[in-house]
Amino acid sequence: MSILIGKETRVLCQGITGQAGEFHTRGCLEYGSQVVAGCTPGKGGQEVAGVPVFDTVSEAVAQTGVNATMIFVPAPFTADAILEALDAGIELIVAITEGVPVLDMVRVYEKVSGSDSVLIGPNCPGVITPEECKIGIMPGYIHRKGSVGVISRSGTLTYEAVWQLSNLGLGQSTCVGLGGDPIVGTSFVDLLRMFQQDDATEAILMMGEIGGTAEEEAAAVVAQEIDKPVAAFIAGRTAPPGKRMGHAGAIISGGKGTAEEKVAALEAAGIVVAESPADMGTAIKRAIEQA
Amino acid sequence: MKIHEFQAKELLRAAGIAVLENQVCQSAEEASAAYDALGGEVAVVKAQIHAGGRGKGTLKENTDQHGVQLVRSRDEAAEVAERLLGSHLITLQTGESGQQVRQVLLEAGCAIARELYLGIVVDRAASSPVLMVSSAGGMEIEKVAAETPELIFREAFDRDAGLDAYQARKLAAALELAPGSVRSAVSFMQRLCRLFVAEDCSLVEINPLVVTEDGQLVALDAKMSFDDNALFRHKDIQELRDLDEEEPTEVRAGEAGLSFVKLDGNIGCLVNGAGLAMSTMDLIKLHGGEPANFLDVGGGANVEQVTEAFRILLSDHHVRADLVNIFGGIMRCTTIASALLEAYESVGFDVPLVVRLEGTEVAEGRKILEESGVDIITANDLTDAAQKVVAAAG
Repeated sequence: MSILIGKETRVLCQGITGQAGEFHTRGCLEYGSQVVAGCTPGKGGQEVAGVPVFDTVSEAVAQTGVNATMIFVPAPFTADAILEALDAGIELIVAITEGVPVLDMVRVYEKVSGSDSVLIGPNCPGVITPEECKIGIMPGYIHRKGSVGVISRSGTLTYEAVWQLSNLGLGQSTCVGLGGDPIVGTSFVDLLRMFQQDDATEAILMMGEIGGTAEEEAAAVVAQEIDKPVAAFIAGRTAPPGKRMGHAGAIISGGKGTAEEKVAALEAAGIVVAESPADMGTAIKRAIEQA
Repeated sequence: MKIHEFQAKELLRAAGIAVLENQVCQSAEEASAAYDALGGEVAVVKAQIHAGGRGKGTLKENTDQHGVQLVRSRDEAAEVAERLLGSHLITLQTGESGQQVRQVLLEAGCAIARELYLGIVVDRAASSPVLMVSSAGGMEIEKVAAETPELIFREAFDRDAGLDAYQARKLAAALELAPGSVRSAVSFMQRLCRLFVAEDCSLVEINPLVVTEDGQLVALDAKMSFDDNALFRHKDIQELRDLDEEEPTEVRAGEAGLSFVKLDGNIGCLVNGAGLAMSTMDLIKLHGGEPANFLDVGGGANVEQVTEAFRILLSDHHVRADLVNIFGGIMRCTTIASALLEAYESVGFDVPLVVRLEGTEVAEGRKILEESGVDIITANDLTDAAQKVVAAAG
């Protein structure tokens, strides 16, 4: 077992006829994911990378039985694409696109919250269950099958962490990129609970960053509900206040959302916090040994 | 994206929200003419820069002159405008060099009974826009939130339906507004919430929001900023952008599709991905160095972008050494290595360059760098890279 995705997951790609959509559909297929349908309005009937393209998500669901989707459509149309997937009853929606307007996400979040679907992202690298299924843009080969669950707000920092884990011989159960935007579909808290329930996951590594209070909320949940070892790293200790650090959500505003506050909250919850990004892998090792 | 106070007030006025009569001036003559046109005895001259804290801020050239001043004659209006225009205003938010004042706003005075605070933001935890009000007007809201949080009242509102009238009445009651002011308050709050959503704002702040002696609510100041990701659907707002108010290298980086933030240190960094870029800054600091910038070349940077990124790093004369930290995912290390060499040759380096490559095709990428004969210090991992670049920067 693992969380969110596995061997049996049937994947749709929304925006498959675009450059990024096609490129990453091929990447996911090469990794072994079952990408069985694509969707681009007006391009139904075509084929991309051997995958049939449909005009609507509902048609793709009806004809191919997809239960997960990855979204590569341009930012102005991403909210619409997410809502279409939601309407078609897709269980897992992974929005890779960066630059979605925040107020679009306010509406999307409200709709997703009232549904049984899970939204990951937007502005995220995706989800991977090593050696089973990859939905997203991460390089598959750095991952190893194993028992560490990985949750992160960032892309390349996650690759860095996974690389450190794999080199230490620590494989991963599932790795999830939450996305770097102020409002994302799924938070640390949701995933911590999923990993707690997952038999294949024995420890959890989370990478947070400045901005918002998601890490503080995660710390509270770890203290109360999670009995598996947890380690963390927070990026942005040197970030100045009031400046967006690349990610739309990575900003210290009104003195809130600093790395210090987050590290303090995590440590108070008994989480092993890596001081250096070079020690993310060893931090989870320490957390496992302490347990 | 931020805009000036006078631009924000034009948007408020167009939305039917009460602001005072005012005129933007770019010279002392315009200021005295504006004083006459406003017609009152008292007027206020306000420096127009994006940074906050203008009232407390003073000029670099004349520390007796504040950024906001009451004037009582056309000559005084001209004198104050003369001193402000072209000078640099230093506030808590501008840094030591201050921000040059290119225009001032001349605004009519009004009889103030109370000063309140009003702000609208998208609350991340609630995933919803939220209207906040406080009876502690004119103060920094962060300070109020830290010291007397019980003085702040909040109402989350629906993006599409807006703020309901009862919510506005609740806030009016919490602020202990007189019965005669409630109607004015409800209209003010509802219209402002609608404007926030209609223009895709990320922040609207009215501080102070004043209650006049005749019981009306008026926006005495106005700060608005907009969601950059939504600007594509607001051409009119895009036109309000003032590049003079932004850090020139940040503007330049933005045009090249790079994300750049200038810092005060002397070690430049070039990284792919925002999280890794922040972590690289932290790593430099952890090893005793000071990062000169945040620079994210993105997941799929090409030769042109890497070259421009190098040019930006090298244009900072405080930089003593540069660190390139790339985790090749979809981006191959061989592509990055070739781009690095091309950029290196076309830009011409005069400071040490430490390169740490990891990920896809890393062995081949490192080989390209080694065989090039170019004077690059290669690093094997993050810690090695940090130690080498801190040593190189001296």
